[in-house]
Amino acid sequence: MIEVQDLTKAYGSVVAVDHVSFTVNKGEILGFLGPNGAGKTTTMRILTGFMPATSGTARIAGFDVTTDSLDVRRHIGYLPEAPPVYPDMTVETYLDFVARIKNVPAERRAERITDALEKTNLVDKRDELIKRLSRGYKQRVGIAQALVHDPDVIILDEPTVGLDPKQIIEVRNLIKSLAGTHTILLSTHILPEVSMTCDRVVIINKGKIAAVDTPQNLTSQLKGGQRIRLEVQAPEAGLREVLAQVPGASRVQVEPARSDGHLAVNVEAAPGKDIRSQIAAKVVEKGWGLYELRGVSLSLEEIFLELTTDDSSHAQPAG
Amino acid sequence: MQGFYAIYRKEMGHYFVSPIAYVFIGLFLILSAFFFNFFLQAVIQQSMSSDMQSMRFGMPQDIDVPTEVTRAFFGLLSTLVLFITPILTMGVYAEERKRGTMELLMTSPITEIDIVLGKFFASLTLFALMLLPTLSYLVFMNLRSEPMPPMRVLLAAYAGILLLGGSLLALGTFLSSLTENQIIAAVMTFAAFLLIWVLDLGRNASGPVASVLTYLSVIRHYEDFTRGVIDTTGLIYYASFMFLFVFLTVRSVDSMRWRRA
Repeated sequence: MIEVQDLTKAYGSVVAVDHVSFTVNKGEILGFLGPNGAGKTTTMRILTGFMPATSGTARIAGFDVTTDSLDVRRHIGYLPEAPPVYPDMTVETYLDFVARIKNVPAERRAERITDALEKTNLVDKRDELIKRLSRGYKQRVGIAQALVHDPDVIILDEPTVGLDPKQIIEVRNLIKSLAGTHTILLSTHILPEVSMTCDRVVIINKGKIAAVDTPQNLTSQLKGGQRIRLEVQAPEAGLREVLAQVPGASRVQVEPARSDGHLAVNVEAAPGKDIRSQIAAKVVEKGWGLYELRGVSLSLEEIFLELTTDDSSHAQPAG
Repeated sequence: MQGFYAIYRKEMGHYFVSPIAYVFIGLFLILSAFFFNFFLQAVIQQSMSSDMQSMRFGMPQDIDVPTEVTRAFFGLLSTLVLFITPILTMGVYAEERKRGTMELLMTSPITEIDIVLGKFFASLTLFALMLLPTLSYLVFMNLRSEPMPPMRVLLAAYAGILLLGGSLLALGTFLSSLTENQIIAAVMTFAAFLLIWVLDLGRNASGPVASVLTYLSVIRHYEDFTRGVIDTTGLIYYASFMFLFVFLTVRSVDSMRWRRA
């Protein structure tokens, strides 16, 4: 549904998006994950026809974003970073206006507006002036606006910003319920959001794609794979020596000394290797007391940090 | 077309749901009514004193009261327009850009022409609505005059003020599309209007430069209309003025995609 090929956007000498390629299949939810300033918003603005790319192509529903911009715009619903609302309008007149500029035919307008209000839980606020709404409600109006014309593709730039935890859950459920019939691209810098809502994740940093995968795969396989947590009663130097002999174990981290005299240690295992039994065997062989031994999968947060910091260390900008 | 109508409707709603339209129309009517009354009294006074003079010295000097009042009143209207239009147009694009709603408009399946024309005609409609009640003053005056002056003079004068207003609105909305800041938009527009007004001073000079300046003056053509003359030169002048700035606004809105938003 969305095909992006070598998309590049430069502001003068600053490259905001650097040869980005990815595709989003019909009915899929793709998460766009990256720190602030990574190029998420720029990519979305190119996809929605708000600004042109410097080079590369992007197609939405088969239409090129540069040459068939109007056709593309007919097929997308877009929530920009800040909800694009008019403070002097009521929620309903605003949605009516959006439905009109999105070419919703007159006979379907009322039904579409009601549907958008229901999906975003705004029915009881329909006659409220937007300027009297709280930040979270404004954000929901912004989401309703992106749904009102029932577009094939929905592009949401940080949809849960400014919402309280309960609303965040509601919005995530809403997004999940839209999948299947709609294709969704959403950006966020909140990691749990991605693992909870998205089918696939694109991690982007400094305008470049760092990884594309499912949240599960990213968590279990990518970069370092597994971490093992170990709690033993042993001398620190001896333990380090033993762990160094285990093939595939690296980055031994000893936590600060604890009152019970046990050593808590984190070890990272190479991808695809389970070194737990080897460690257990060594510890038992030495006669140390083994209190805990378990695999901890790297959280998306850590993968994210690793990917994004990795990237900056070997891609020193020239100026 | 649907896009144009949606934008036009939204703009009109914006004027009339917020206090903008009421404040504008209200203040404008207070000022214009005050001055109309003032001019009417002054001209009647003048005509009465000249009547008395003619009785004493036997030199009849007719004063055409309705025509004099109409000219003075429309002269005043043009000055009020100079002050009002920059305030009316300053937010048309600057506010949309600042609020981020420009992004909504520009990612919707409507063209820049829809957006620009919708906004332009909405501001022109508000302007016309603001003028509409003043028609009653003049019609009333004409009906009470003996002999009754031809109504086409009034029609020409109103056509003139609409053309003048339309031109200034086109220029003002264009300048508003250049910035995110409403104050900057208003100040630029006001400065541009003053500059255009100043061009009118060229009429006292002579030579080719003076005649070009005179032709370019927005006021000069307007005065023809207030005298009841519909001159095609004036029509073409105002039509091209509006077309130029509406066109530039379309280009400017289009270029927002390229400029850093």
